[in-house]
Amino acid sequence: MDIVSLFFQQLINGLSKGGIYALIALGYTMVYGIIKLINFAHGDILMVGAYIAYFVFAAWGFTPGSIFVAVLFAVAGSVLLGISIEATCYRPMRSAPRINALITAIGVSIFLENFPRLIPAIGPNYRDLTVPKLFETIHIGEVSIDPLKLLTLVVSLVLMTLLILIVDYSKAGKAMRAVSFDMGASALMGISVNRTVSFTFALGSALAGIGGVLYMLNFPLLDTYMGIMPGLKAFVAAVLGGIGSIPGAILGGLRLGIAEALTAGFISSKVMDFVVFGFLILILLLKPSGLLGVHRKEKV
Amino acid sequence: MSTLLRTEHLGMQFGGLRAVGDFSLELAEGELVGLIGPNGAGKTTVFNMLTGVYAPTSGTITLATKTGNAEQIGGLLPHRITRKGIARTFQNIRLFKSMTVWENVSISRHFQVPYRLAQGVFRLPPFRKAEADLRSEILELLAIFKIDNKAEMQASNLPYGEQRKLEIVRALASKPRLLLLDEPAAGMNPQETLELMELIRFIKERFELTVLLIEHDMNLVMGICERLLVLDYGLTIAQGLPAEIRNNPVVIKAYLGEDAVHA
Amino acid sequence: MKNLRSTLLIFVVAALGFGALQALIVAEILDDYTLQILCVAGINVLMALSLNLISGFTGQLALGHAGFMAVGAYTTGVLLVQAHWLLFPALVAGGLMTALFGLLIGIPTLRLRGDYLAIVTLGFGEIIRVAINNFDEILRWAFNSPDMVGWTGGPTGLSGIPGYATNIMVNNPAAFLWIYPIVVLSVVLVMNLIRSSHGRALVAIREDEISAQAMGINLFGMKLTSFTISAFLAGLGGALYAPFIGYLSPPGFDFLRSVFFVIIVVLGGMGSITGTVIAGIGLTFLQEFLRTSAKDAGNGLVVLIQQNLFPSTISAGAWSVDLVPLSQVLFGLILILLMIFRPGGLMGTRELPLTRWLTTPWWRKKESLP
Repeated sequence: MDIVSLFFQQLINGLSKGGIYALIALGYTMVYGIIKLINFAHGDILMVGAYIAYFVFAAWGFTPGSIFVAVLFAVAGSVLLGISIEATCYRPMRSAPRINALITAIGVSIFLENFPRLIPAIGPNYRDLTVPKLFETIHIGEVSIDPLKLLTLVVSLVLMTLLILIVDYSKAGKAMRAVSFDMGASALMGISVNRTVSFTFALGSALAGIGGVLYMLNFPLLDTYMGIMPGLKAFVAAVLGGIGSIPGAILGGLRLGIAEALTAGFISSKVMDFVVFGFLILILLLKPSGLLGVHRKEKV
Repeated sequence: MSTLLRTEHLGMQFGGLRAVGDFSLELAEGELVGLIGPNGAGKTTVFNMLTGVYAPTSGTITLATKTGNAEQIGGLLPHRITRKGIARTFQNIRLFKSMTVWENVSISRHFQVPYRLAQGVFRLPPFRKAEADLRSEILELLAIFKIDNKAEMQASNLPYGEQRKLEIVRALASKPRLLLLDEPAAGMNPQETLELMELIRFIKERFELTVLLIEHDMNLVMGICERLLVLDYGLTIAQGLPAEIRNNPVVIKAYLGEDAVHA
Repeated sequence: MKNLRSTLLIFVVAALGFGALQALIVAEILDDYTLQILCVAGINVLMALSLNLISGFTGQLALGHAGFMAVGAYTTGVLLVQAHWLLFPALVAGGLMTALFGLLIGIPTLRLRGDYLAIVTLGFGEIIRVAINNFDEILRWAFNSPDMVGWTGGPTGLSGIPGYATNIMVNNPAAFLWIYPIVVLSVVLVMNLIRSSHGRALVAIREDEISAQAMGINLFGMKLTSFTISAFLAGLGGALYAPFIGYLSPPGFDFLRSVFFVIIVVLGGMGSITGTVIAGIGLTFLQEFLRTSAKDAGNGLVVLIQQNLFPSTISAGAWSVDLVPLSQVLFGLILILLMIFRPGGLMGTRELPLTRWLTTPWWRKKESLP
């Protein structure tokens, strides 16, 4: 395949995967913005969403109805899980040193990844799903476009737009922004900090859940550890875009997806991870506030 | 008396906000000068620039070294400035909470400790002698301030007044030439403030210090400062003897508003 | 000199302990298997000790220590297998190489805020793993010889690492003879470091960076020193691991491993060395127990439930439960519960009174403790 075609092929692949990364990255960035916590367990919400959808499809096959139910259940499950985790594990940590909260998040992540493996119904084995070809592949020259990837991208973009609308124009969104800026002052202004934080987690988890469904449709190999890599990469994306910044997370996710795909296409897929982490470290060293973020100094 | 510290047109700009502008100060050795002004005037920012917490965005800070030369210290890292003989206390006490009183003070002596890390790890003779000397030195210092009996107490368990004292002792332990006190009387009642005034006079004599202090308590300021500088919105609005400043209409207006001037 | 005496005393105690263990071995109370676990425990303690130094005492959370372990292990492994070095120099080289890595990684990253350092060290842990995987390929590409025998063995791993030579003691895995003294020595030296002015400076950094700087502490310099020493010790742990296990592969040094060390440090108390030792030994045994006995116990329990409550399903096959992830689940729970209810871990920042007596500087005994 000539270079231009390869470029476009990977560009589309990258945008599609990047869209999923962006959805996850949004969860990271919102949570960090509001309680200054890197939610290590966020990637695992993706896994939960994927598994819920898997079970729906395993039971009812692939119909428009089952797809709807799968997404519905995945979102519901993810939101419930996200809110519960916040309430039980992170809320007590709000006044604790940041190191403690970080360690708690790691603990939650490990628990989420391994507990399902004990349940015989889920178990430690891989599961795969034969996703029927829902659409015909489109061919433009040498480039073959799987409409599923396009659909994934479109869905991601729609959701991102919805999120921005919520954050910028709704009352709850305003509360989120207020609490992110100054938790104490917001409380004094009558905003329920707990409810706002829960809402933030709910939004982030919902996006991660749907991201999980999309991921599972594109890469139908399930395992309880499946959320680790995408989660880590999405986190890198969020940091690159400036942790705490929503447009940053979106752009970061898309950029990362494209960078990954281009590396895989032009160099080798083995170095993919290397490039991703290398990029992260480079950015952190050169510009700790990421590419769009806010870096606030401690008051002495 | 020679000049110990001089700042010229010192300024600090945070993005669009000018916290301090055109701050000029000349401190002679042995002086006790007060920096006053309403809240948010930029006093602590001046301290932070002098101690290296902030790098000034304009102007210079010149320090007279022990050999008599003048050295530019603006923008240096905090620990470098401390090692040149400037020590400070903090507005909100910043003691090392989980460490004992003795340990807190010992931190200030760390950069002067005469043994290297490896010698400490392998417990070689320089370590043992130095630690013994350090032990007695610090206890002596604590004794001067009558808190040697609490040397092994955890710093966070001290009563507030003694924590403030410890802040000062800790700063003294580095054997500075210039001591910057940031609101040392905050939270003290009149009795404690009187004791603090005595203490400051005492340590200035005893340790041959030059002192620059930030304070809101006018009794203390008028009581011990030889000279005052008044800041408002980052700019110096008045300088002079306490008696002059007290009646200066510009100063009164800054603190109490226009009407107070005519009262 | 009382201080010299207390140091000697530690070694006497350690030697006695060692002798006691020997006796137990000869009397066949302590078998090979338990000794093996003790070896692993020793290495885990060393790893956790290295992590505690930078994260517990200096307050800089590092999440990639498995990566350091890998560097040390592979350096020693490669030197032993490919270059046929002697054991002791290979061990030292493993530690030093890792210290170098620590320095290189630390210089740019220790300027970052706490959260970011954690992420960067995590990233480096992953990068090191990927790098080891691809090391041979890069080597072949660099020397332009596709047939060249690799150094690290890439994804298939490095095998055939010569073990510790058996000598001196009867029935004693020589590994223990090497690991035990080195670990004890490391613990003592780290304790010495903590109880010196430099150690106090590190704790001051943890407590309040701005205040520490104002007192004349070179923040970056001390952090870097702590990080480099930590890397050295972690590399040493890896170096000891290589000949012990005989075979290395990249997946063995993943994030989960780094987290295991974090758990030991947190459980023992971030800032307590005796805590690290206790937790390290305890968790190693727990992990081993979960790996073996718990699995059987779990299956036994499940079969019992099946036989008594659901006898109709017996014909379809005995139920079995895979408890392998159980240790991970428990570790996750331990972390969460510890952080919420007892963030100080077992020992907080305190040490066991016995060890305190051994290591308290001689002039302290005159003061009465509050």
